[in-house]
This record gives sequence, C-alpha cells and structure tokens, in this order.
Amino acid sequence: MTGVLRHRLMWPVLALVLLLLLNQGFRSDFLVVRLQDGHLYGSLIDILRNGAPTLLIALGMTLVIASRGIDLSVGAVAAIAGAVSCTYIYNSDNPGSFATAATAVAIAVGAGLALGAWNGFLVSAIGIQPIIATLVLMTAGRGLAQLVTDGQIISVSNESFHAIGAGYFLTLPISILIAALAFAGAALLTRWTALGTLIESVGINPVASRLAGVSARRILWIVYVFSGFCAAVAGLMISSNVTAADANNAGLFIEMDAILAVVIGGTSLAGGRYSLVGTLIGALIIQTLTTTVYTLGIPPEVTLVFKALVVILVCLLQSPKARTLLRQRRQPAPARPATKAAA
Amino acid sequence: MSVLTSPSTPATRKRSGLLQGKAKYAPTVATIVLFFVMFAAGSVIYPGFFSGQVFLNLLIDNTFLIVLAVGMTFVILTGGIDLSVGSVVALSMMIAAALLQAGWNPFAVIGLVLLTGAVLGLLMGLVIQVFEIQPFIVTLAGLFLARGLCYVISLDAITVTDPFFTSMAQARIRLPGNMFISPGVLIALLFVAGAFYVLHQTRFGRTVYAIGGGEASARLMGLAVPRTKVLVYTVSGFCSATAGILFSFYSLSGYSLAATGMELDAIAAVVVGGTLLTGGYGYVIGSLAGVLVLGIVQTFISYQGTLSSWWTRIVIGVLLLLFILLQKIFSRKTKLA
Repeated sequence: MTGVLRHRLMWPVLALVLLLLLNQGFRSDFLVVRLQDGHLYGSLIDILRNGAPTLLIALGMTLVIASRGIDLSVGAVAAIAGAVSCTYIYNSDNPGSFATAATAVAIAVGAGLALGAWNGFLVSAIGIQPIIATLVLMTAGRGLAQLVTDGQIISVSNESFHAIGAGYFLTLPISILIAALAFAGAALLTRWTALGTLIESVGINPVASRLAGVSARRILWIVYVFSGFCAAVAGLMISSNVTAADANNAGLFIEMDAILAVVIGGTSLAGGRYSLVGTLIGALIIQTLTTTVYTLGIPPEVTLVFKALVVILVCLLQSPKARTLLRQRRQPAPARPATKAAA
Repeated sequence: MSVLTSPSTPATRKRSGLLQGKAKYAPTVATIVLFFVMFAAGSVIYPGFFSGQVFLNLLIDNTFLIVLAVGMTFVILTGGIDLSVGSVVALSMMIAAALLQAGWNPFAVIGLVLLTGAVLGLLMGLVIQVFEIQPFIVTLAGLFLARGLCYVISLDAITVTDPFFTSMAQARIRLPGNMFISPGVLIALLFVAGAFYVLHQTRFGRTVYAIGGGEASARLMGLAVPRTKVLVYTVSGFCSATAGILFSFYSLSGYSLAATGMELDAIAAVVVGGTLLTGGYGYVIGSLAGVLVLGIVQTFISYQGTLSSWWTRIVIGVLLLLFILLQKIFSRKTKLA
C-alpha cells in the first residue's frame, strides 16, 4: 500500500480521478460513453480528442525537458504547419483529392522536422540556451505563418484532410489514434532502446555524458526534431479540425499547456528525469480541467487562472525546498526512494 | 553616446585593459550604431523620414515598451527572466479601466494599480527565491494568472472616459522646431534615468550585477542576494504596472487581450540592447536603444507600404537571433581576454 502511495504518479492520477468525479457530480451522464452511428460518443471521448494536440506537443516537450531544455516554439510551429498545409491545399489544382491532402501533410511534417532541426542546430551546434534559441522561433514563427497565409484565414474543404482532426476510424476519433500511436512510438523508442537513458544522461550532465562517450549533440538534435515533428502533427490536427489555418490563433498558449502537462506529470524541469505516462496524465488533467470549467458554467477564459494555480501548486510540491520541509516532519528521513516508473 | 563612453567604474576599466573595456560596451554601441544606420537608411529611402518628429514618435509610440524593458533589464541582469510582463500590463489596464468606470479617483486608481503590479512581482520573486523554482516557470504561472484575472474583470473591452486619463492621452509637450512629445515620454525617460542611477550608483545595483556575474560568489562576498533577487521581480512588476498605465494613456481602454506577446518584445529589446541573457553584463541605455531599434523596424514597415505587419515579427526574430549570435561571439572573446 505504501508503495502505491509513494508512487510519483499517485497524486496526478488522484487529481484526474477527482476531477472526473467532480464532473460526474454535476452532470450525471458525464462518464457515459455510448456507441452511435458506429462512433463512440461521450464527454470522455471529447476530452481525449480535444486533448490530443496538447498531448502530442507535450510528448515532444517531455523529451526536450528531459534533456534539460525547453521548446517555446511549438505553438508557432503548429501554426506554421497548419498554414503551409492549408495554403497548399487551397492553391492546388485538385483541392479535394486524397493525393493533395497527403502532399499537404507531408509538406507540413517536413516543415516541422526542418524547424525542429533549426532549434536543434541553435542549441547543440551553436550552444545557445534552449529557452532563448526557441524564443527566436516563437517570436518569428507566427510572422512566418502569416507570411505563408498572406495574413488571411485560409479555409479548405478536403474530406481526407478533415479526417485528421475530425474523422473516425474503428469507432474512435482519428486524432486520438494518432496521439496514441505517437505515444506508443515515443515510449518504445525511449524505453526499449538506450535512447531514453541517453537523453536522461545528457539532461543530468551534458559534459560528463559526452566524456562517457554519449554523443550529446546528436541526442539534442533528436529531441528538438522530435518536438518539431509533434508540433507539426498537432498543428495539422488543429487546422484540420476547423478546416482552416489561423496563423494568429492556432496553437496560441499551447506551449504553456504542454509545459504544464509535463510538469504535472512529474518530469523534472531541471532535466534528467522524465515520465511519458506522467505527461499523458498531465495532458488529460489539463483537458479535463478545461472541460470542468465549461461544465461548471464558468467563462472558459477563466481557465487560465485555474491553470496558473495548478502550476504554482505543482511546482511548490516538486521543489526540493518544500520536500525538505515535508520530509523533516516525517521522521526518520528515508533515503530518496527509488521511484523510477517504467513508462 | 556621451553617457556610454563615460563609464561608471573607471578604476576597473583601467585595470582590465583598454581592449576589454571596449568589448564590454561593444554590443550596446553596436545597437546604437545600428539604430543610426537604420535611421539614415530610412532618410535616404523614404521622403519625410528624416525629421526630429519621426524620432520623437518612436518614443511616443513605445513609452510602455521602454518602461517594460527597463524592468526586464534588472531581471535579466541577475540571470533571470520575467515572462509575466505582458499580462501584467493587460491586467493593469483592466483594473484601471474598470475602477475608472466605477467612478474612482484617477490618482487613487494609478496608486492601486502600481501597488498591485509591485505586489505581484514581489510574490513571484518570493516563490522564486524561497522555493528555488526556475524564474521562467514561476513567471509563466504569473502570465496565466494575470491574463486569467483580466478575463475575470471583464470579457469585453472597457473604454476609459476619465478626464485626467483623456487629458494625458491628448497632452502634447511642445518642443522647439515645431516638435512635440507626450507626457508619457517624460515618464519613460525618467524610468531610464532612474534605473541608470540605481544600477550604477547604488549598492542594490552593484548586487544585481554581482548576482548575474556569479550568484555563489555574490553570496560569499556577503551581498544581500536573496533580498536583491526578490526585489528585481518587484521592480519588474512595478514597471509592468507603470507600462500598463502608460498604455492606458495611449489607448484609452482596457482589453483582456491587450499586450499579448509583449514580454517577447521586451526581452528582444533588452537582448538587442546588448544585455547578456546569462546575466551580469548590460546597460539600461542599451535597452532603450533596443526599443528604438524595434520601433524603427515598425516605422520602416509602415513607410514601405507594400510590406505587411507580420514582417515586424519576422524582422524582430531575425534581429534577436543576430544579437544572440553576437553575444555568443562576444562572450567567448571576453573569456579569452
């Protein structure tokens, strides 16, 4: 029992369950998932679907933060991905075809990979602090997205493209499946290969890991490129869902949500320790929090206040100072418990 | 220029050699040179660009950004960062607009807004210092909180009709040569001068530089590191609130989405102005020059006519990148020296 209580994902899971129960208390059909026209419907499915872009971006962010970095440019990259894909479809000769949609997706993903490589270049090759390196793209990125769309909101009608954010496959929304696939891929890559350990070692001490023979630079490139990829796919989901590219508002503040999800999930901002499952739970908490605010009838914009309070609370709980204070009460002070979760 | 070439610490300059003494000012001087080159280029390209009033308009249109950059300079000099400033500007505008609408005395409103900004900064500083959490995440929470509180106050824009605020918005201080500035410009320049004095002539200022140079060393020297670190965020919060008031004078309204992303402009201005993001090096005059450079980019784009507003963001991003790279080269050189 104490093992369960000590598990570092215990608090996030408890918070998620409490939030869901709170919603159930206000709306009796909240936890009901029903099958209708061959699709699954229900608030839980909505939470998963609306949370998919945040989860994707948070996945990339988790690995970046594990390497002791941060990627502030993800919202801008998402906007650029939406802008290039919608602009391509809009200008193509056959805007409704599957081939056009596939090419648009390829271009957007390519742009995401390239922008991630750019961030990785600044961080690993030039050696600029990650927060500053990605600040450059965060500042300029939305301008670039507007440049691509010529400042317009580009609306497109393409069934295949629309399916990414709003379609269904095997009764489930496609966006959930994409997010699940990305999650599984990231988990397999980092936990079945040495990549995860290498990222952690770079996050704990880049110099020592380089001396130990880890190619710290290559690891950094990989995490930023992966983050760019995740942001691009999330951007595709966002623009596909509304079948339009809005360079100004697509993915606005999503970097904050992603960082928040990562932090709630127990990943240390100091690098070197991360949990993908924690990030998944963190992203679900944020989306459920947003839904709760709707359910309670509070203006949705006020969600920001709740998010701020959650960040402060989680950070306080995470901070070594606060932990020491707590540990002093609990005698005898145990050695740091081995809480490395298998994820 | 004369301000810059008369260093506040001639003794250190003499000791560390002429070359390093110059390298210390290189990024700031580069920014000022860049500004004049851009101004000259604009004067050659566009008719009507070369005038004192165009220069003064840069100050008039950017009073709030100047004040924000002043506060941000303190924070960045200690090696920290404050992401909350844009939201605190919006919150200050919302509080001011809402209270004025409720019929409060304008001076009481200004006092309360300034107090709110300072207290918000103080709280963030305390969390950063006491719980040893990264400034960036704490001020990110501050960003959320302040922006959310804006929405709590009102979802719609509130117009300011208070006679004092409108008179401040319309007031023009005549200068010789048929030129004018707004009262806000005087306030902004007062902040720059005050910050210059505090940073270079007081114990607090020296401690700010010392923390940026190396926090552990500063602590070992017996400097008041914790208090100073909390105070820089208080200063930044106070500056943000002042910027909010100046922005209210400028726009005569409160709007929840106002000043979105302005923290980036402030950081960019400070960086372009030559302050090292790792702390310890930089001048508040440089931050003023940084704001002017960002302002002239905007002027260029409006004079060009065929260029759209989004070019501003791209150019600011490119400038930010150039100056970060310059910093990288510069900091490598000083390490060798």
